Amino acid sequence: MSDGLSLPVSILRVKKETSLIRTFVFDRSFPFSPGQFVMVWIPGVDEIPMALSSENTITVQKAGDATAAMFALDPGEKLGIRGPFGNGFTKGEKVLGIAGGVGAAPLLPLARADCVMTLLLGARTENELLFVDQLDECTDVLIATDDGTLGMKGYVPALMDDLNLGAYDRIAVCGPEVMMRAVLTKVEEKGIAHKTEFSLHRYMKCGVGVCGSCCIDPSGLRVCRDGPVFSGDLLLKSEFGHYMRDASGSKKNL
Amino acid sequence: MVSIRFGPVTVGGVVLDNHLLLAAGILGTTGSSLKRILSSGAGGVVTKSIGPYLKEGHAGPCLVVLEDGLLNAMGLPNPSKEFVDEIACLVKKPVIASIFGGNPAEFALVASWFEGRVAGFELNLSCPHAEGYGAAIGTDPALVEACTLAVSVTGIPTWVKLTPNVTDITAIGKAAERGGASAIVAINTVKAMRISTGMQRPVLGNRYGGLSGSAVFPIAVRCVYELYEACTIPIIGCGGVVTADNVIEMMMAGASAVEIGSAVYYDVKVFETIKADLYRKDGLSPEQIIGSAHE
Repeated sequence: MSDGLSLPVSILRVKKETSLIRTFVFDRSFPFSPGQFVMVWIPGVDEIPMALSSENTITVQKAGDATAAMFALDPGEKLGIRGPFGNGFTKGEKVLGIAGGVGAAPLLPLARADCVMTLLLGARTENELLFVDQLDECTDVLIATDDGTLGMKGYVPALMDDLNLGAYDRIAVCGPEVMMRAVLTKVEEKGIAHKTEFSLHRYMKCGVGVCGSCCIDPSGLRVCRDGPVFSGDLLLKSEFGHYMRDASGSKKNL
Repeated sequence: MVSIRFGPVTVGGVVLDNHLLLAAGILGTTGSSLKRILSSGAGGVVTKSIGPYLKEGHAGPCLVVLEDGLLNAMGLPNPSKEFVDEIACLVKKPVIASIFGGNPAEFALVASWFEGRVAGFELNLSCPHAEGYGAAIGTDPALVEACTLAVSVTGIPTWVKLTPNVTDITAIGKAAERGGASAIVAINTVKAMRISTGMQRPVLGNRYGGLSGSAVFPIAVRCVYELYEACTIPIIGCGGVVTADNVIEMMMAGASAVEIGSAVYYDVKVFETIKADLYRKDGLSPEQIIGSAHE
């Protein structure tokens, strides 16, 4: 096999999506499957996992030191990219997508692959909804906001109550873990956890399945290599929705 | 190919299910990942290195995959004492706690947390990229002897993992032996660097890192061979083992068992794979193979 050193990319453009979310457009494309991620090296700062929102973009929410440093970058500046890594979502013909916040990032390329019939999109408030227009172009979007400024007032899993879930052959979910756990509870009740897939976020160091920092309990599966997308039935009796580990390996309750 | 007759294995005071152990720092952060590797055929597992204080490790990038190996600088991330609970699910399993400290007292302290909970200790005197720990201590024979003694007095099997980044590894091996080590593990990673020409800077956040995988196998074989001539305690070979034939080669150099790490990158079930190739009913006894390349 060949060297897996980071490939340098130049930032062509930075697009402000919401007050906290920006899309970084690269001068290089990475063929990928929706749901796969790359390790993004911000020189002198850190390297963090990010889902690809298209083959030459990542869509990032400001959350910590590394993302804050990214937000300070201008077009022309360089990042290093390793990957794409991980498994991505299983292909389906009639997919229901469920996205919360920046979780819409890996679901946009899935919707653009023309297999998502319906997409449930949620955020705290109207101007924090991500990719409303882009998703509207390729699928049927239903919206929920916590404060009711657009769509249904409430959390996005509640939108599932008005759907005939049996009409979909797969359900693809990405968003805050508490929201995903609520979706898992609903699909478990309906006996369709096995055809629902969740994209997990865990602290990662190596990104290639070696260091073990992203392993989940009790299976020991590696989010970076065996995931990041996992079938709901694998997550039912797991740490998912309860806790995760930080950089030291110490458990932190959600 | 030479193969081994299957039978009970005891190395450096530790009873193992076979000759193959998971090396420290690979999938050793959680009890459940260690359990996964044990159930996929490893004869024993060595945990992530645990130290006296919680550490988050170096800023990334922490690892890059090379053509014939891995280059990493994790920076000894560990949750310290909290890790005792992490391996509670592995009671009575062949689990070796890898531990580190900045002096003999710190080694003794960390070891005390695990007494009665692990089959043995592996002293990390060899990490090439952590300031004040690992190889910073492991290149000084007097410190190696003192740190080894601080743990071996517990009476629990104490293995000492050596760095190859020294002029004479046998001087360090003999120091571990004087300190009461039950076995020597050789080798830890080889200090190394790559530079991204596109980014015009070293590829690791820590700049320097440790090289593992096939690229270092010849160095590991040489170190095991030298240590076998210089020391009397058992040697556990580590460094670039990918195939059953590599295991045999390490054993011919003088290893009583081997540790496998980077090969997990290519195949998470590498222990099953190697076991299937290594053991035969009509194979040789391990004693016929260990050190057999020496005259």
